[in-house]
Amino acid sequence: MRETLTRLRYRYWPDHLLGEILSKRWTETAIPVILLLIVGFALSRSLEHFLSPASLADTARQAGEIGFIGLGMALVVIVGGIDLSVGSIFALTDFCALYLLDVLNWPVPAVVVVTMIVGGLLGAVNGVLIGYLRLRAFITTLITLIIYRSAYDLLIQRYSNAIASAFPDIPSWDFIGGGTVLGIPSVALVYIVIAIFGHIFLTRLRPGWHITAIGGSRRSAYNSGIPVRRTIALCYVASGVLTSIGALFFAARLGTVGGDIGVGLEVIVLTATVLGGITLGGGKGSVVKSMVGVLIVLLVTNGLTAMNARGGVNRMALASILLVAAMVDIRWQKNRTRIISKVYVAPTYHALPPPPPTEIGEGGPFEQNDRLREVSLIGLGRIEAPEDVILDRNDVLYAGSRHGDIIRFFPPDYERMEVFAHIGGQPLGMAFDKQDNLYVCIGGMGLYRIRPDGTVEKATDETNRSLYSVNDDSRLRLADDLDITDDGLIFFSEATVRYEMDEWPVDGLEARGNGRIICYDTKTGTTHTALRGLKFPNGVAVASDGQSILFAETFGCSIKRYWFAGPRKGDVEIVMDNLPGYPDNINLASDGNYWLALVGMRSPSLDLAWKMPGFRRRMAKRVPVDEWLFPNINTGCVVKFNEQGKILESFWDLKGLNHPMITSMREHRGYLYLGGIANNRIGRFKLDNADPNFVQYDKRWGKSS
Amino acid sequence: MKRIRVSQQEIVFAVFAALFLTFSIFLNGFLSADNMLTLLQNVAVLGILGLGMAIVVIGRGIDLSLIAALAVPGGLVLQMVQNGHSLPASLLAAGLLSIAVGLVNGWLIAYAEVPPLFATLATGLFVAGLGQAALFQLDVVQWSEGLAGFERLGQGSILGIPTSIVMFAIACVVVFILLRKTRWGAYIYAIGDNPFAARVTGIPTRPIIVLQYVVAALIGCFAGLVMAASVNSMPTRIFNSTLIYDVILVVVLGGIGLSGGRGGVVNVIIGTLLIGTMLNGMTILNIPYAGQNLIKGLVLLVAVITDTFLNPRNEETAQQGDI
Repeated sequence: MRETLTRLRYRYWPDHLLGEILSKRWTETAIPVILLLIVGFALSRSLEHFLSPASLADTARQAGEIGFIGLGMALVVIVGGIDLSVGSIFALTDFCALYLLDVLNWPVPAVVVVTMIVGGLLGAVNGVLIGYLRLRAFITTLITLIIYRSAYDLLIQRYSNAIASAFPDIPSWDFIGGGTVLGIPSVALVYIVIAIFGHIFLTRLRPGWHITAIGGSRRSAYNSGIPVRRTIALCYVASGVLTSIGALFFAARLGTVGGDIGVGLEVIVLTATVLGGITLGGGKGSVVKSMVGVLIVLLVTNGLTAMNARGGVNRMALASILLVAAMVDIRWQKNRTRIISKVYVAPTYHALPPPPPTEIGEGGPFEQNDRLREVSLIGLGRIEAPEDVILDRNDVLYAGSRHGDIIRFFPPDYERMEVFAHIGGQPLGMAFDKQDNLYVCIGGMGLYRIRPDGTVEKATDETNRSLYSVNDDSRLRLADDLDITDDGLIFFSEATVRYEMDEWPVDGLEARGNGRIICYDTKTGTTHTALRGLKFPNGVAVASDGQSILFAETFGCSIKRYWFAGPRKGDVEIVMDNLPGYPDNINLASDGNYWLALVGMRSPSLDLAWKMPGFRRRMAKRVPVDEWLFPNINTGCVVKFNEQGKILESFWDLKGLNHPMITSMREHRGYLYLGGIANNRIGRFKLDNADPNFVQYDKRWGKSS
Repeated sequence: MKRIRVSQQEIVFAVFAALFLTFSIFLNGFLSADNMLTLLQNVAVLGILGLGMAIVVIGRGIDLSLIAALAVPGGLVLQMVQNGHSLPASLLAAGLLSIAVGLVNGWLIAYAEVPPLFATLATGLFVAGLGQAALFQLDVVQWSEGLAGFERLGQGSILGIPTSIVMFAIACVVVFILLRKTRWGAYIYAIGDNPFAARVTGIPTRPIIVLQYVVAALIGCFAGLVMAASVNSMPTRIFNSTLIYDVILVVVLGGIGLSGGRGGVVNVIIGTLLIGTMLNGMTILNIPYAGQNLIKGLVLLVAVITDTFLNPRNEETAQQGDI
């Protein structure tokens, strides 16, 4: 009864979603957004006209003006600096616009352009000093703040009367200041356009990546050849231009040059920037964060003003909100990854009946023996982690290595070895097609093709994205083994969509169906997902009818058959289940049966733990990773089975000297070649009663001419 | 050949010396003893604030709430005495308020790990708001009878030296002893130099950071009292001024890098002298306030650029997040 409840609970409750949602980058901004919603809600409840169009339009105007400055500040902070002079630049460019318009009577387009140039020049002063002369940003912009402000003070002493007495009546200027398009203020529209561009710029374009890289690690950026000085200088120029745009709208809206314009603006913008979650010191930040920060600060200050709070109370409330928000946000940023690592592993219920016996004397097909003691070794100590081995028509032996190479050994003694191709990711399963191209599943990269001359090509690294999956499962994380049908379809397994190559045993701890069988069509170059929800699918082999594949589910401890064509198309049938170990690669034997590697044997403790998801979850939360209960992959064997699901014989290495762990085997001309993902050798084992002329791909594709 | 290294402190001192010399030669009355004392008197409060800021900056922080810590507890003393409380009780209240401000700052920065720039910005705002909303009746808190005798903290002279200068000197000596003669001071330098290494070594970094801000707030309170005593009132709107930027300039120009772990009391004195000389000279020249600021800014810029040319920063050794 209790077990049934556990089973149902873990079957229908999506435990794994929490960790996947938290792993999304956008959850970094969660706290500022939540705060913005709370502030907005509170204000709309407590202020009568808060949501009226007029009030919203007014807020949008202010938000736009400050938002431009916020974008500039965001850029500068992301690149690892700070710009305290924005308030003064704002004042100076505001003056510049009004002076050109009111005193010199320039046309509006010229005013706009020249004001932006002036803003850029003022920013360029900062940029040259900080970027090229490499002064410290804080102190430099502090000094320019003072200089620009005093310049502004001197200028308005002389011209404020002339500006105040002019009343320009220019429609285009008024449109900038107070115009709307479909009810949306002009400034907000321009801001949205620039913000969207800014987002694309920062996340998709090369200069934006340079900016983030410099902020993240100036030294590494410099060493990797990014023009650090120029990029930094241009960020300050951009900050100046953006500030001048804000000032233009401000000038058009109010048309004044009061003495306190822009005083303390740098504090407001800086507050908004930090509040939005852009880290001082650089490397982290986005346009959305800047926007959210500006909105929060603006709503809080405006709301408090509208509630007629006394100046002091206003300040206290603002300070408290800012502090609490910053504290929560910093806690969140700091602990997010820790929370993810605690909740990401989401074990589920997985029950297996007691395994068949393997002990000597118990009988049965799995009875242990010591037949593998007689193997001879190839490439001992010269190769690392040959997950799969394969031989071509000319008896050359190919194997993957941990270093991202395909190594090959030459007959007759397999002593001479060379690097056939370098791919860069760890090669797992391999198969030859009719044209002797070698297809390889690369963990973390996808499916690759190596031509006979050794050139490497990507076949596919993505498939269709599942509609309801939170993790982006369009990329292939762990392509594992493959086989090729007569029609040129490549079926390959992806072991898990939730873990990377180096964490694959954790998927066994989870025991959820996270894997898929994917089909790549060599004729059309398209990829689609054939089956999903499999428990670590691994070995794949085309069955004798040419219309179905056999595949192993490692942590399902079973072999299944899937029809991709013919009358039973789409069917999945269990060939064998309740294996005593974890099945890995499947390959054809000379007698028409199949070889199967068991990478490890089941243990009663893990079998029990698989029925207790709560236990495994507590373990994953409270115990360090290296103490977790993982599937055993130290001892395994090779078995031969037929399509009816009958085990014919088994081969063991009892002493565990040569091949305790086997992930793959190939039969070739009367020998069995053994590979293991934790081994530093390839085994060669003489088979009795095997066809001495069997060459797998001659048999599959016919002899080549 | 040994390469000549000139530190920022020496450059600023050279600029100060050059300015001083120029003013002495070309300005009538600049070099008189009276003017010298006026010069120092004008910058004494700035210097005391600079000392408080220096402690925090050496520990790789920054305290923007210093002006609020100057205005509000100082104003509180005046207000409480005005309302009929005794002077010692008022002083005690002001001291407790300062300690509270420092504790909150320190806790936010050391334990809640809010960046100091942001934390002190917000606490400064809060404290100023508190004063405005709950403590003071007017923006300028006036002097009252109960304070008789207290004005000697800022007015008059001791042995011919104006009291405010003596107060600055006393503060310098106290801070010097704190930084250079106590284990606590050594810890501050260690934390400023490399907070993580300091923590690994077993230094109680978090309590020390809290202590830094408490001391800074107390020094701010002291500066406020000296100021109130010398002008016989407390203009609490000073919070809205750009005084805090002057304080930072004093510290940074003197040669205390914002990346922490460097500099000391001498640097604050040099920075204060430079600013004081400039302001005094320009006042004698009758330059308007905005012009003074412009010239001040340009001179500062020249000093900082010169420093960068003589001590260039290296891409390889530049510290991360060093703004």
